[in-house]
Amino acid sequence: MALNAKIPEGPLKDKWQNYLAKTRIVNPANRKKLDVIVVGGGLSGGGAAASLAELGYNVKVFFFQDSARRSHSVAAQGGVNAAKNYKNDGDNVYRMFYDTIKGGDFRSREANVYRMAEVSVDLIDHMVAQGVPFGREYSGYLSNRSFGGVLVSRTFYARGQTGQQLLLATYQAMMNQIKVGKLTQYNRHEILDIVIVNGKARGIIARNLNTGEIERHSAHAVVFGTGGFGKIFYLSTLAMNSNGSANWRAHKKGAYFANPSWTQIHPTALPQSGEHQSKLTLMSESLRNDGRIWVPKNKDEKRAPGDIPDEDRDYYLERRYPAFGNLVPRDVASRAAKERLDAGHGVGPLKNAVYLDFKTAIEKLGEDTIKERYGNLFTMYEKITAINAYKEPMKISPAAHFSMGGLWVDYELQTTIPGLFAVGEANFADHGANRLGANSLLQASVDGNFILPNTISNYLADDIKTGKIPTDSPEFEEAEKAVKDQVSKLLAIKGTMPVDQIHRRLGKIMFKEVAMSRNEKGMIWAIEEIKKLRKEFWENAAIPGNENGPNSELEKAGRLADYLEIAELMAVDALNRKESCGAHFREDYQTPEGEAMRDDENYMYSSAWEWQQGKDWKLHKEPLEFTEVKPTVRSYK
Amino acid sequence: MKLTLKIWRQENAQTKGKLVTYKLSDLSSDSSFLEMLDVLNEELASKGEPVVEFDHDCREGICGQCSLVINGKAHGPEEHYTTCQTHLRSFSDGDTITIEPFRANSFPVIRDLKVDRSSMDRIIQAGGYISSFTGMAPEANSIPIHHDIAESAFDSAACIGCGACIATCKNSSAALFVSAKIGHLAKLPQGQIERNERALWMINAHDDEGFGSCSNTGACVMVCPQEIQLLDITRMNFEYNRALCYNKD
Repeated sequence: MALNAKIPEGPLKDKWQNYLAKTRIVNPANRKKLDVIVVGGGLSGGGAAASLAELGYNVKVFFFQDSARRSHSVAAQGGVNAAKNYKNDGDNVYRMFYDTIKGGDFRSREANVYRMAEVSVDLIDHMVAQGVPFGREYSGYLSNRSFGGVLVSRTFYARGQTGQQLLLATYQAMMNQIKVGKLTQYNRHEILDIVIVNGKARGIIARNLNTGEIERHSAHAVVFGTGGFGKIFYLSTLAMNSNGSANWRAHKKGAYFANPSWTQIHPTALPQSGEHQSKLTLMSESLRNDGRIWVPKNKDEKRAPGDIPDEDRDYYLERRYPAFGNLVPRDVASRAAKERLDAGHGVGPLKNAVYLDFKTAIEKLGEDTIKERYGNLFTMYEKITAINAYKEPMKISPAAHFSMGGLWVDYELQTTIPGLFAVGEANFADHGANRLGANSLLQASVDGNFILPNTISNYLADDIKTGKIPTDSPEFEEAEKAVKDQVSKLLAIKGTMPVDQIHRRLGKIMFKEVAMSRNEKGMIWAIEEIKKLRKEFWENAAIPGNENGPNSELEKAGRLADYLEIAELMAVDALNRKESCGAHFREDYQTPEGEAMRDDENYMYSSAWEWQQGKDWKLHKEPLEFTEVKPTVRSYK
Repeated sequence: MKLTLKIWRQENAQTKGKLVTYKLSDLSSDSSFLEMLDVLNEELASKGEPVVEFDHDCREGICGQCSLVINGKAHGPEEHYTTCQTHLRSFSDGDTITIEPFRANSFPVIRDLKVDRSSMDRIIQAGGYISSFTGMAPEANSIPIHHDIAESAFDSAACIGCGACIATCKNSSAALFVSAKIGHLAKLPQGQIERNERALWMINAHDDEGFGSCSNTGACVMVCPQEIQLLDITRMNFEYNRALCYNKD
């Protein structure tokens, strides 16, 4: 199938308005005849579910958590970007668009990025109206902070819990729609497959995680707000149960997977302290506004950080990137940290961390100001490490964080399966090869609240006479059987190797060869190791218990089975792209100064991979055309 | 470290549960409490035994999915921590630790340490929102909000909905949880229009769900990971009485 991104006509700045003016919409009286299934109750899925219900569609939302308020959007800390120009610092939609395109190293789709910047303005209005207590100036007007990769202050924040506050607003909007009867929620449900009828996505097979029951649900369209799959690295900033399974199962039913290997490695997470560790807690990028990153110049430094004078410290970001300093984008900051760590300048017992130091800021602004800006982050840091970061620097380290890649979608956010849409981190289009800080909450919210509700109508307009989709068709029958067979197959392994141990080993392979720094030999090795591990999983995974009730090991095993396949595609994708761009850094394609070397002549495209029943994937290329910007060498010096 | 764990095992809400003893050794004091349960579950799984079911997700104290009553205290020994932020350094080598689910009539056990907290969702459904639909909002800066009011609204809004306040309360009251949402929205200008209905509907829903009454003991605020204040409960009572005055029915 040839890819058609369906980008509307007209100049970039008019495309979205042109689209809205001409797209088909559904008469309010007909909306109540149409059912939509949303998978995921976070900012993107929850926003879509609430907004579609408000429009009058019948919506069912599914998520694995016990409440939608716990979706992983909750953990985003620093903020959400919008081109409001409240600071009078020269910001506007175009500048925000340009920063995002450049931040993504000219590997994102121009029309989508422009639309995201354009709609950002409405999003802040919407969230304030919902009661989000954003930070404010003493005048009572909204406050902003700066984030990495830009020279203006356009980030709105609610202390260090912005994601939580936006998610709660979205969750509350969902609860409102439940009360009025337009939305039904299915908590503790995990989707195990989508059902295709006559080439269209018409439903899902879900497992009730309380009872183990396998359920069929039908709809006229299905929306995935299923998030990212960075948990594939085992150690990551993601929640323990975040997973890539819904996306992967849709991929195996015909949805192309785009740029799967582009994973953002976040520069400021807590370092690993030992083998037992399950999670690398994120410390918000906003800390780099006031924190300075450094390592000791002397590899064998024995002094406590406070006793090391300035002349013996290497503020390596300020040294290498004087224009942006500590506020370079994440890929650049992570790579620079890796360079120092590999050179032996790491700190901490495992020498795997760098310092993030607030001494200068506290001297200048006072501890109270720092406390108001980041108080909860300092508290969180102390709870985990028992270290008071007002007194000594934090120790931080790069960790797997965000999936820029995801299901390929067109301008309408529709995947290559008609009727299956993907919003938020689950899709791929907006961030290119590197996401800018505070653009994740933005993309999730605008996709769910403002974009999808206006594009899905063009699809649903064909279904006003279709009537209810029956769940007793052979397609549902077959999909349910396949899901039950997979569950039985997992439970029949009866091996001795705990699922988490296999996952940890997969994470090590991926972090070593398919993360911050990549080369051909390493990735070929990784593919072989992944295949061996996959074999071992299916021969020796220890999955106790049965399918008739809660069984967390069974849940984890199903997700890991998918990760063991996603991992291979990630390596295949990274191997194919013989250039460096954004987070995709190939050691064999770098400048003499160690910066990424893009190859616009041969790789100015998004890679969309088609599943071929377990044989090698087929690559489809979506060429990236830049009409308004000229791709340049990305420099933050 | 070596620890002896007495863990509540229960098949489902209809069956009786009991404490089962497990022994673990070679634990690191840097390990988190939930990582210790991971170790136990890996041991159980490799022997083919059903693992201990417990709720957890973000493991950084913000999602509210983790629960557990540890040695009789919701979220463990440290004040204002979540279970996932609790580390073994808070215990001593050789300790015996009792681990139970959050207990309340409105929190039926699903299995072992997992409980059903959807009663809290239903309280929010009753009125814990501002009914501003997507697209309705005016320009964000058209209504200035005093810095301190916004900060105070945030303090209430920070509630993570974990239910520790309820598990701790001798009356199984959800007053702190309900008051945090009522407080958050009543403090903001955007929340004024539905202020009365919200207070009445949410408090009525609280009672309908079988949560007990608040007797102002204040045990809830001692375990609250986000340090929601007792003052919120006072404000909730004010909001309720104020709403009754305005109520025409």
